[in-house]
Amino acid sequence: MICQNCSKNQSNYHFTKIINGNKTEYHLCEACAREKGDIVQGPGNSFSIHNLLSGMLNIEFGANVSKVRAAETRCGTCGLSFNQFKKQGRFGCADCYEAFGTQLDPVIRRVQQNNTLHAGKSPYPRTTENDAKPSLASQLAALEEELQAEIRNERYERAAVLRDRINNLRQQLAGDGQGFSGSSSANVTSKQWPHFHAEEGE
Amino acid sequence: MKRFTEDALSDWMRQPGPEHDVVISSRVRLARNLRTFPFPSLATKAHAQEVMQLVSTAADTSSLKEEQNFTSVPMSQLSILEKKLLVEKHLISPHLAEGNSEAAALINASESISIMVNEEDHLRIQCIAPGFQLNETWQAANRIDNQLQEQLDYAFNERLGYLTSCPTNVGTGIRVSVMVHLPGIVLTNQLQNILKSFAQWGVVMRGMYGEGSEALGNIYQMSNQITLGQSEEALVDLLTRATQQLILVEREARNGILNDRRLPLLDKIFRSFGTLLYAQMIDKVEAAQRLSDVRLGVDLGLLEQVPHVILDELLVVTQPGYLQQMEGRLMDDFEINLRRAQLIRERLWKHLR
Ligand SMILES: [Zn+2]
Ligand SMILES: [Zn+2]
Repeated sequence: MICQNCSKNQSNYHFTKIINGNKTEYHLCEACAREKGDIVQGPGNSFSIHNLLSGMLNIEFGANVSKVRAAETRCGTCGLSFNQFKKQGRFGCADCYEAFGTQLDPVIRRVQQNNTLHAGKSPYPRTTENDAKPSLASQLAALEEELQAEIRNERYERAAVLRDRINNLRQQLAGDGQGFSGSSSANVTSKQWPHFHAEEGE
Repeated sequence: MKRFTEDALSDWMRQPGPEHDVVISSRVRLARNLRTFPFPSLATKAHAQEVMQLVSTAADTSSLKEEQNFTSVPMSQLSILEKKLLVEKHLISPHLAEGNSEAAALINASESISIMVNEEDHLRIQCIAPGFQLNETWQAANRIDNQLQEQLDYAFNERLGYLTSCPTNVGTGIRVSVMVHLPGIVLTNQLQNILKSFAQWGVVMRGMYGEGSEALGNIYQMSNQITLGQSEEALVDLLTRATQQLILVEREARNGILNDRRLPLLDKIFRSFGTLLYAQMIDKVEAAQRLSDVRLGVDLGLLEQVPHVILDELLVVTQPGYLQQMEGRLMDDFEINLRRAQLIRERLWKHLR
């Protein structure tokens, strides 16, 4: 579909608004939505790109919203409700992803062209059993390769950090292999949750 | 801090990059968040300050410090014009410039790396390089990310990857992009078809400058649409292949015009050159179009006296933020147009003597 504003580009943002029972559809390209500094003047009303995104989400949910009682789901950590999320198109904190659970799936599918699973890098060794976890040996090989590159480039401080991690892994390999979680994952679980909550009301 | 707002040209722009006749620059951006803090939209002032502290400490204590001498640029200490200029130099995003004051950018000396703190996400790691260097740019961003993640507790889950404020960035959090000059494709009316076929591959293109729909100066930004379900390398590869394709089509279009419509093309290029050499007032739209013509002339070897690097500098010099920052005050359009024409004349004549 072609953008209604410039009649040139392909429209990426589709937006439905119901005013006094009249349904109006907007189709805008990213350039038109973005380049006016986040604000686009629609016929008779204005909306921001965040509203555009949430408009997109609303189409996805449409009449189902009340059935799944989306309004009642709230993130226990930051206090953001699923409705608020849909309105702003932004999460409040990392825990929102867990809190909104399966209600999120269609949203993610919609904006990520039906993809649902991460396939990229990870900040720590995988611990979930279902996940194909890289073997200690292959992690070790990767780290050693990285180490050689750092030494070639004379980046010794970073090389020292890698060497320590390699030594840790070697010890694990020598041991029973149970202690897979490594130092960084241990780090994660030992951290305490601070209590923060959304300050603004609905 | 002043040095970032003094020069129009970042150091990284001084060396012409590979395929610079079509690709102006390559950029990789990674979105990251800290697990134990609300995202910037919900963060209190205290949260935001703590995040800034944690990130600058991480940049300071990790092996990063040895390689990159970051300068912390707090948004609260910049004027509106200074922020505008940093946006025009692509060192910060409009969102960071317009957003809350508890935000900062860590910028290295050559201005090729900028770590934005408390943008839409806690961290936006951005690396930029001249010309077509996507792989190199990704390697640089990845190294910085690896070094920071040894110090910081990133929000990550096994299923969805790096958790971001907006669902359009979740997963890898990566945006791989190139800024390209496409006068040949535009003149031969091929843009719409290219946009359509790239969209099917998950590659999106938009005008880089200008308001509304108009792509000023035939300059476009092309980037990946999705961030989930593909590895970083796969997305870098996708953009690499799309860019290679674009370079081929653009060069072919230029050669076609040069063969079939040589004289009208020469006329267009030299008229624009003449206008830029003598105009007393010029608005942003006309300046962008004339500069695009001259850039095409330089890249086709028709205007050998104009060094390529000047064209990149003029991209920034002709922007309203830079013009007003140089003047040290807000100006109206009339004054801006006068000043723009003057600076363009000065830059171009310097190389004709
Ligand atoms: Zn448009
Ligand atoms: Zn939350």
